[in-house]
Parts: sequence; structure tokens; C-alpha cells
Amino acid sequence: MVREVSESCLDSLLTEVVSCYCNRFYPNKHDLAARRIEAIGYQVGHQLSERYTMERPRFNDHLEAIKFICKDFWLELFKKHVDNLRTNHRGTFVLQDNKFCWLARMSIDPFADSGKSPEDITSPTAGNKATHAMKMHLYFSCGILRGFLSNLGILCAVSADILTLPTCAYFSLSHTYTEITL
Amino acid sequence: MAPVAPRSGDAIFANIERVNAELFTLTYGAIVRQLLTDLEEVEEVNKQLEQMGYNIGIRLIDEFLAKSNVSRCVDFRETADVIAKLVCSISDALSISLSGLEQQCNVVGFKMFLGVTASVSNWDAEGTCCSIILEDNPLVDFVELPDTCQGLYYCNMLSGVIRGALEMVSMKTEVTWIRDVLRGDDVKLLKQVPEEYPYKDDECFMLKKIKISKHLFKDT
Repeated sequence: MVREVSESCLDSLLTEVVSCYCNRFYPNKHDLAARRIEAIGYQVGHQLSERYTMERPRFNDHLEAIKFICKDFWLELFKKHVDNLRTNHRGTFVLQDNKFCWLARMSIDPFADSGKSPEDITSPTAGNKATHAMKMHLYFSCGILRGFLSNLGILCAVSADILTLPTCAYFSLSHTYTEITL
Repeated sequence: MAPVAPRSGDAIFANIERVNAELFTLTYGAIVRQLLTDLEEVEEVNKQLEQMGYNIGIRLIDEFLAKSNVSRCVDFRETADVIAKLVCSISDALSISLSGLEQQCNVVGFKMFLGVTASVSNWDAEGTCCSIILEDNPLVDFVELPDTCQGLYYCNMLSGVIRGALEMVSMKTEVTWIRDVLRGDDVKLLKQVPEEYPYKDDECFMLKKIKISKHLFKDT
């Protein structure tokens, strides 16, 4: 039987890690914070790939590995499949999750910045700050994917984007031949 | 309205959403590892883990109280208020009510969140100090501490969570590790902090000590 913990444990842990790195350790250096969060995810993905691919044969090509991620890996982690997979057949894959559970309970407070009048909500800066905060949470998942794939021998860059706030996330995997060093 | 009976940890754990514990364990391990890389000092890492745990605990207590129907918190406030004005004649009542609340918080809480059963024991004479024993801690699955990190309290986040959660219900506590299988089986008795009761008339604040001892049986 698979051992389980409550979902709020993991949610709290991730929220606290992001908050810690963004606000306490590197308050004005979002790049550094993002790299650290991504590195944590990389470590997790690396180890998970060993556990979850132990019993199956080697992947024949990259597409098979990505399909494994979309179905089995996502199922183990998030109890659902990836909703949509697209590729340009030239090494880039886009995974779309319509209800990414780590974003599902986030809300954006349009009045988060003090002194902003309601008319400023539609200004690009207000929306950007909120989206930026949410993107910091996505770095962890990008790291997991990158770590997972790197242990299978697929070196790539992973980036995520939020399409329809706040529950849709894209992960673009671009196949590269140079390893990204943090 | 009739008081609702507190739910057992098993019942709650069966009804909440759960995730794979491996993901949780590995995430925690990666966080500790990254903290060690960034901060380099083991003491600093211990402190940060405790602080992170504290921040988590102050929020987790809300979910705990909402889902477990622990109603004794209300009684405890009234009890503690009375106790603050008297001195020692009702210390027995204090120890019972505090121990009851803590037992519930800790035993039910551990089951509800981590899915493990914890036991409370080793109450001292005044009822201010106890040990919580975790037989099976999901955080330490697959973990071995290298020699360079022997001063590390790997599960220090747990002590922060307990401290934060109990502080939100007006119990100021100190949580220290007594025994930790990751650091070897030696019994390490940490320095005893003299017990003090900073009673305030209008605040229900009790300084207590909870020593956590963790026994982990290694898989053979």
C-alpha cells in the first residue's frame, strides 16, 4: 500500500519554502530565489525518476518518456493525467494541465499593493505582480520535470506559464544539448 | 447545541485529501539539502527549519481545529484563566486539561497530517513536560545523515510546527529533541530549561516544555 500524508502538509511545505526563499533569503533577487527553488525541484524529480521507472524497460525515444510523464508520473503525483500534450516534432513539448493542484487554491488579491486605486487593477503592473508571485511556485514543478528527464538522459529546459489564471499551467520542454547549470 | 465529540485521527485522515508520502519525504529532503548548500552552517539550518515549521504550524492549527472538532480549547482558556489567578492548588486540574489538549493536538494531529500514530508519555510531576514519541516518521524514510552533518536536527521542522500550533492556542512551549535515530542511538539529554510560569492576569500564557523523543526502528 502506498504511504500517504495529507495534502495540506505538502501544500504548506511548498508555500513556506517559496515564501522563505523569496521573502527571507533573497528578498529582492527573484532570479536567485527561483534558481534555488528550481534546484530543490530538480533534486526531487531526479530521485522520483529512479523510483517510478525502476520496473519498466528503458524508454525508446523522448516522446515515450514525455507520454510517461503525462500519464503515469502525473497520476502518481497529482492523481490525474495531463490534459493536453502538444509538440512541434522538433524537440519542444507543451504539457497543459487545466487544474494544476498546486495552483488551484491560489487567489490573486488585486488590492495587494497599498495605495493602488481600483482603476489600477487593469493596469499591467498589478496583474504582473500577482502572476509573478504565482510563477515562483511553478519553479518547483519545472525543477521536478527537469530532474526527472535528466535522470533519463534527456537534457532539457523547462519553463512554465499560467494561461487562464489561476488554474492552467503550461510546461514547455525544449530539448537542448547543453546542460543548464545553476 | 450539543457539543460535537472530537473525531479520531484515523477518521479524519480517511476523509481528507491525501498525496503520495514519497513526494513529501523527498521534497523535505531536498529542502534540507538545499538549505545546507545555501546556509552551510548546521546550526543556521536547524534554526531556519524551526522557523519554517513555526510558520507552517500557525496556519496548520486552523485546519486541525476545524476538522478535528477539538472543543476543549474553549474550556482550556477558561481553565487557564482561573488557574492564572490561583497558584498551585489546582495544578492537577491544569495538568489534566493541558495534557488532554496536548494529547489531542499531538496525537490526533500527527495522525491527521502525517498519517502516523504518535504517543505521549513521560509526563513530569507538575504536568508541564512530556515526551512525544513518533514510531514511524515519514520524513526520515530513505534518510541517512552524513558525518559532516551530525549536528543537524533533520526533523526540526516538526518541532517548529508544534511550537507554532500550540502558540496559537495560547500555550508557549519549547520543543526539543531528545533522541533521534538519525543521529545515532545515544540518548542525548538536552539542557533542562528551568520551568517558569509567567502568569499574566489577562493573558492565558503558560510556559511549558515538551521534549520530543523520536524512536525510529530501522528496517532490517
